[in-house]
Amino acid sequence: MTILEDRPSNPAAGDHDRPIGHGRMQRKEDPRFVRGKGHYVDDIVLPGMLHGAILRAPVAHARLVSIDTTAALAHPGVHAVITGTDLQALGLAWAPTLSMDVQAVLVTDKVRFQGQEVAFVVADDRYAARDALELIQVEYDVLPPVVDARKAMDPGAPVIRDDLEGRTDNHIFDWEAGNKAETDAVFASADVVVKQEIVYPRVHPAPMETCGAVADFDPIDGRLILYETTQAPHAHRTLFAMVSGIPEHKIRVVSPDIGGGFGNKVGIYPGYILAVVGSIVTGKPVKWVEDRSENLMSTSFARDYIMQGEIAATRDGKILALRTNVLADHGAFNATAQPTKYPAGFFHIFTGSYDLAAAHCTVTGVYTNKAPGGVAYACSFRVTEAVYLVERMVDILARKLEMDPAELRLKNFIKKEQFPYPNKTGWEYDSGDYEPTMRLSMKMAGYDELRREQKEKRERGELMGIGISFFTETVGAGPRKDMDILGLGMADGAELRIHPTGKAVVRISVQSQGQGHETTFAQIVAEEIGIPPEDIDVVHGDTDQTPFGLGTYGSRSTPVSGAAVALVARKVREKARFIAAAMLETRPEDLEWEKGRWFVKGDPSVGKTMAEIAMGAHGTVALPEGIDGNLDAEVTYDPPNLTFPFGAYICVVDIDPGTGHVKVRRFIAVDDCGTRINPMIIEGQIHGGLTDGVGMALMEIIEFDAEGNCLGGSLMDYLIPTAMEVPDWETGFTVTPSPHHPIGAKGVGESATVGSPPAVVNAVVDALAPFGVVHMDMPCTPSRVWEAMQGRTRPPV
Amino acid sequence: MQIPAPFDYVRASSVDNALALLDRHGAESRVVAGGHSLLPMMKLRLARPDWLIDINDLFELDYLLVDGPVLRIGAMTRHTTLLESDDVRHLFPIICDAERVIADPIVRNRGTIGGSLCQADPAEDLSTVCHVLEAVAVVRGPAGERMLPMAEFHRGPYETAVAQNELLIEVRIPIRAGSASAYEKVERRVGDWAVAAAGASVTLAADGTISHVAVGLTAVGLERNVTEVEAVLVGQAPTEALFVEAGLLASQACDPLADQRGPIDYKRHLADELTRRVLRVACSRAAASVSEITS
Repeated sequence: MTILEDRPSNPAAGDHDRPIGHGRMQRKEDPRFVRGKGHYVDDIVLPGMLHGAILRAPVAHARLVSIDTTAALAHPGVHAVITGTDLQALGLAWAPTLSMDVQAVLVTDKVRFQGQEVAFVVADDRYAARDALELIQVEYDVLPPVVDARKAMDPGAPVIRDDLEGRTDNHIFDWEAGNKAETDAVFASADVVVKQEIVYPRVHPAPMETCGAVADFDPIDGRLILYETTQAPHAHRTLFAMVSGIPEHKIRVVSPDIGGGFGNKVGIYPGYILAVVGSIVTGKPVKWVEDRSENLMSTSFARDYIMQGEIAATRDGKILALRTNVLADHGAFNATAQPTKYPAGFFHIFTGSYDLAAAHCTVTGVYTNKAPGGVAYACSFRVTEAVYLVERMVDILARKLEMDPAELRLKNFIKKEQFPYPNKTGWEYDSGDYEPTMRLSMKMAGYDELRREQKEKRERGELMGIGISFFTETVGAGPRKDMDILGLGMADGAELRIHPTGKAVVRISVQSQGQGHETTFAQIVAEEIGIPPEDIDVVHGDTDQTPFGLGTYGSRSTPVSGAAVALVARKVREKARFIAAAMLETRPEDLEWEKGRWFVKGDPSVGKTMAEIAMGAHGTVALPEGIDGNLDAEVTYDPPNLTFPFGAYICVVDIDPGTGHVKVRRFIAVDDCGTRINPMIIEGQIHGGLTDGVGMALMEIIEFDAEGNCLGGSLMDYLIPTAMEVPDWETGFTVTPSPHHPIGAKGVGESATVGSPPAVVNAVVDALAPFGVVHMDMPCTPSRVWEAMQGRTRPPV
Repeated sequence: MQIPAPFDYVRASSVDNALALLDRHGAESRVVAGGHSLLPMMKLRLARPDWLIDINDLFELDYLLVDGPVLRIGAMTRHTTLLESDDVRHLFPIICDAERVIADPIVRNRGTIGGSLCQADPAEDLSTVCHVLEAVAVVRGPAGERMLPMAEFHRGPYETAVAQNELLIEVRIPIRAGSASAYEKVERRVGDWAVAAAGASVTLAADGTISHVAVGLTAVGLERNVTEVEAVLVGQAPTEALFVEAGLLASQACDPLADQRGPIDYKRHLADELTRRVLRVACSRAAASVSEITS
């Protein structure tokens, strides 16, 4: 029973507790999470289940001489010890990566990074499995590693990928975007050119839940059920079918509650494959869940871009052109997750929010003896690196021109009337209206007052910095004509069923890792058909129960799957019109829609609610030709373009001049993600992303020593921020709907992670201006800030 | 989940029982109090005791007692208890300063002063605090109790004078009239090990001159007080110039290592900077407490 009369007719206009449609409401998934009743991969217990553990390489580069598993096999409770040789016999020693490379599932020839998978033990419990790892005797012939990406292409550098035929160096790819000749010409005649090397160091998404799987292979009917920490269950099912030879209809991938993904759970890790092999070998379900060190040392890292940036401008501050050469460290296997055509992801959005005459970028990817990965940590396929580069370069230019960085940005924004805006590297920005967003952030910050305060403090020797970042993202991959992952188009499906009593279930192809899909997608349906969100169940994460689609990453759920859900709801609404007309014995074109019901034009008292129509659909009413007896529909949505959310961030820091310690005092974030479906969820996403940004700017880095040992292999070494490091966030918003998205929404999940690091670093560099500091690389730890104050800025790698 | 090597576990019911268990299980047994250092080391398999003797039931070691001229702190006193004690804040503000920056509330609720001192991590704050306050450790073993000044108790990084079959049971801190103290730490993030820290305790005579001073450093390779500052400060009225001199002596006395937390010169700089700061705060606190007494 709906209670429409108690509800506001237009909840999207404001925030309400129980909107029928868009608006602020508490998350439907929270009752189970706040009660500790979430159900994660590690909560899954199957009858007879065994446990796996992975032996990992202690060195970064070594030839594998021998493995002796005798003692491990004899350990009580051990069922199997699987080595690379065993996998070779099954044709499973190597698996394809998401970047058309291959990655060793278990080492057969050579260790290529510290923490690489060497052997897999299956035992009665995880304790026996872990203890048995110590009993495996491995002999390594240690080789010199390639640690510094800058030296990866040196003549004589050790060749890491000698498994690839004909490979004589560590080069992976060269890629470019934009027009080099045009850009060079603009640079040659520009009044002002500034250059800066900008390093975005290797960081790690470090989701609270590490990666894991439970594989259950039934040898009788040949069916595999794979419970996995995956952001892309359907894509995983297809890839498992292609790799394992198990037919796709015999594979069911289930992604239960996921404790954070951030891109860390897009790829297929050796551990998942090993759990499957373990189950096939033992005939029993096998669980494998990595520990924190394994997660930090072997799963997908993020960034690791060394960028040579150059910006050209006129003397009075008109930015003309940008160019950059990037050296990209991809680790030992090219396993980055991105659309096939774009080996550097969407880095070529590095022209940012500015109207330029020319732009050109080149990216060179190299192998090093480090863990593979590269596209992760809420980066929107490397928009993070792009935004960091352009927003730092604009600040460096402002310093050179002695212009206020806000003024310089305002002067160079793409103007509202220029949208849709084709940039110089091949993007078409769908929409934007940057100046009001920038002005709102400055108003919220009290920008002029902050500058006055800073001036006074500088006179007293106090270090206060104000940093601005204005970002434009490109999210919601993507149109199938341009974008695929290993040949799978980046579309998403949705199915909607209205049950006879008017309750609904919507099945989606994307998988939540904390984004609140169960709420947001119910609200999208509610907005379109007028059934309250609490009456709409959102099913996701199980390939047997949901339509095909590519999953949740790159802020694509709302732009792609959200569009699919809106369209499927409209399809149902339209079908309801025909059924209502049959019920009311009138013509469909004589009916008019108001949220939740179709009524007769001119006679609003005569109509049918969705619940009544649903019962009618399943009942005995004579239905018109071509209308089935249900109220169901399905769609697959191929987005016509990406969406381009944007935002203006202002960060205020205070630096202790005696210790170099940076305190983030204020952070103002104004986001424009188009139509806002649930403002509370958006704010949650923004808060999380801003915290990420403060973490990256101030403390996060995965470092390696000269031997290739990972120095960030635990949360004692890899620092992530706590509530103590972040201020009370001050958030605001503007709304510029996407013109091509059915409800005008743009992705927002990664905006803050993308946009905030440059704001923090710009603030730190601004604070250090009295010391002549023009740039410093992340992380801005106390010692690195102090070194910058001594005139000793240095890259982190 | 990180899984330690196999071990056995037993809960001690009294101090005597704990000592008997240590005796019985021998060299490969370890006492666990708060467990915040030992358990992570076990999970990383850097520590592999055969036996864990849990002393969390020894409530008789959880107390704070002003007993004449000393503050007696039971070894099982939790960080939170120290942080929240009015006596401690009044008598030894350095303890509150330090406790406020020891990890986070979850760690402080469980971690103990005894565990901290016995772990003797070079980046551990309470060891420095106890050195500066010239505390005495009460250690009990089969042969009875020993009283060890910090300089004897604390032998170096991860090393104390507590024998395998002994237990630290109490820390005694002398109370001095006219004294005050302070502690300051630099860390990359709350809960990280200190990049460096410094503590100072100062006693002012009635005429406002420094009658007694102790300065200690954390995480910079100095396992004793910076005794060099005494000659400069004692008998002098506190001034900024003296603090500068003391800071310089501290930076020279320490012997830091370069690591991910910073290069050597930065850590020496911090020894200097933080020494000046804690002396400044301790002197101003002492002056306030002297004027409180005299008025």
